[in-house]
Amino acid sequence: MDKGYLKTGAPTLEELQMLPGYPTRNRMEKGPVAVIECMQNIPCNPCEASCPTRAIVIGEDLSRRPILNEKKCIGCGKCIAACPGLAIFIVNLNYSETEALIQFPYELLPLPLENQVVDAVNREGVIITKGKVKRVDIKPSYHHTPIISLLIPKEYAEEVRGIARRKENGS
Amino acid sequence: MSETEIAIIGAGPAGLSAGIAAAESGAKVCLIDRNLEAGGQLFKQIHKFFGSSKHFAGERGFLIGRKLLESCNKLAVEIHLQSYVGGIFPEGKIMMVTPHGTEIIQAQKIILATGAIEKSLAFPGSTLPGVMGAGAAQTLCNIQGVQPGKEVLMVGSGNVGLIVTYQLLQAGVNVVGIVELASEIKGYGVHSAKIRRLGIPIYTQHTILEAKGNKKVEKAVIGKIDQNQKIILNSLKEFYVDTICLAIGLNPLAELAWMCGCHFDYKPALGSHIPWHNPYMETNIKNIYVAGDVAGIGEATIAMEEGKLAGLAAATSLGYYNHAFLEKQRSNIENDLKNLRR
Repeated sequence: MDKGYLKTGAPTLEELQMLPGYPTRNRMEKGPVAVIECMQNIPCNPCEASCPTRAIVIGEDLSRRPILNEKKCIGCGKCIAACPGLAIFIVNLNYSETEALIQFPYELLPLPLENQVVDAVNREGVIITKGKVKRVDIKPSYHHTPIISLLIPKEYAEEVRGIARRKENGS
Repeated sequence: MSETEIAIIGAGPAGLSAGIAAAESGAKVCLIDRNLEAGGQLFKQIHKFFGSSKHFAGERGFLIGRKLLESCNKLAVEIHLQSYVGGIFPEGKIMMVTPHGTEIIQAQKIILATGAIEKSLAFPGSTLPGVMGAGAAQTLCNIQGVQPGKEVLMVGSGNVGLIVTYQLLQAGVNVVGIVELASEIKGYGVHSAKIRRLGIPIYTQHTILEAKGNKKVEKAVIGKIDQNQKIILNSLKEFYVDTICLAIGLNPLAELAWMCGCHFDYKPALGSHIPWHNPYMETNIKNIYVAGDVAGIGEATIAMEEGKLAGLAAATSLGYYNHAFLEKQRSNIENDLKNLRR
């Protein structure tokens, strides 16, 4: 079976961990941090401009991949909606004993409701666990990209990257 | 016959940018577009654009379109809509067919910003209703507010195929999968990743074999291909779909450039035969410029930069800007284009 984003469209964890925008496990355990899943040299830099602590650096050459300074990142999540590729997530392994909090962009209707239990999917769209919606943030500065905060069992924190598409009846 | 200094054919991202750059100098500019509205493909681009945060990056395409139109309106740029240019004659006479009849515009400079057209593909059943360009499906969803169907198979994994798949899902249409002939996905990994998260499979090394159905598409048959581009017979898959979208590339709409006698180069990477142009976007035919997809298929961000350059150059050659200003602008735009073209 072919693996990797060029073959299947979905990046593998191994591919992502090599990226300059992917933080260490140790950093995720300390608290919320940006996880930048931007694999290719795309001429694009809104993430850099969005970061209030200059934790994301691209530099003069637009097509360089974003470099995350995980010490400077405060996990504020401003970069999530700024990324036109919807490739930035926030992962917090320091939320509770058993749960991790992840944040991701979700641009489909209907949106889930707060406190709703929903199907959480991995990078291949496969449902791997249940998650509880903590918040759905819609701010003018997000320019119509809602950000979902989802509580999931800790062991899935580096796998879950979204929720399953939902039907109009809210299921 | 009406007169203008600069006539721009095509009011998409390239044409609008050219119009703004030229009209800001004080030049008399008119835009001609065959569609009901100006903006080209921008108004159906509901996603956020890549690019530099100095420019429009992170903005959704339709909002960029609105900004360009607002600038044109402020500058009182004349826009002829539903006007089809049928020919360009020597000395800059443009013949256009408008809702009021045939008109001639006499222009000193002409910028061709005519864009591109989607490529088609012939296969058994490809003439059945329900087979359409991905751009057509995107127009239905995002401009007309109509679902093109309920179940779609997308052919082609370039950025158009990936983005339109995502937008079909946003419109509540299901996409059963994306078929890609090559062994690797053509578009950006972030685009493929976001549709994979939504559960859409991508079949690399697969091709569409047949559309089946009585008077309309009811099924699509795809098959895997081996290294010799032969179909592996036991690999066929059938999907119940009512729509098959083709996203297999674009061809520049260059008829007017051919008609003017422009010199062409064959550049497969840019889409096909491309009119030669100098660093100021002027073709070998004096006073005829090109910008946007007609000068090589690319993103709207590229079209806007090229349009701006063509507009500046045309205005400069009419004496509205000085050459030092044009040179400075050109070197900036060239740098940006180098970044964007990579």
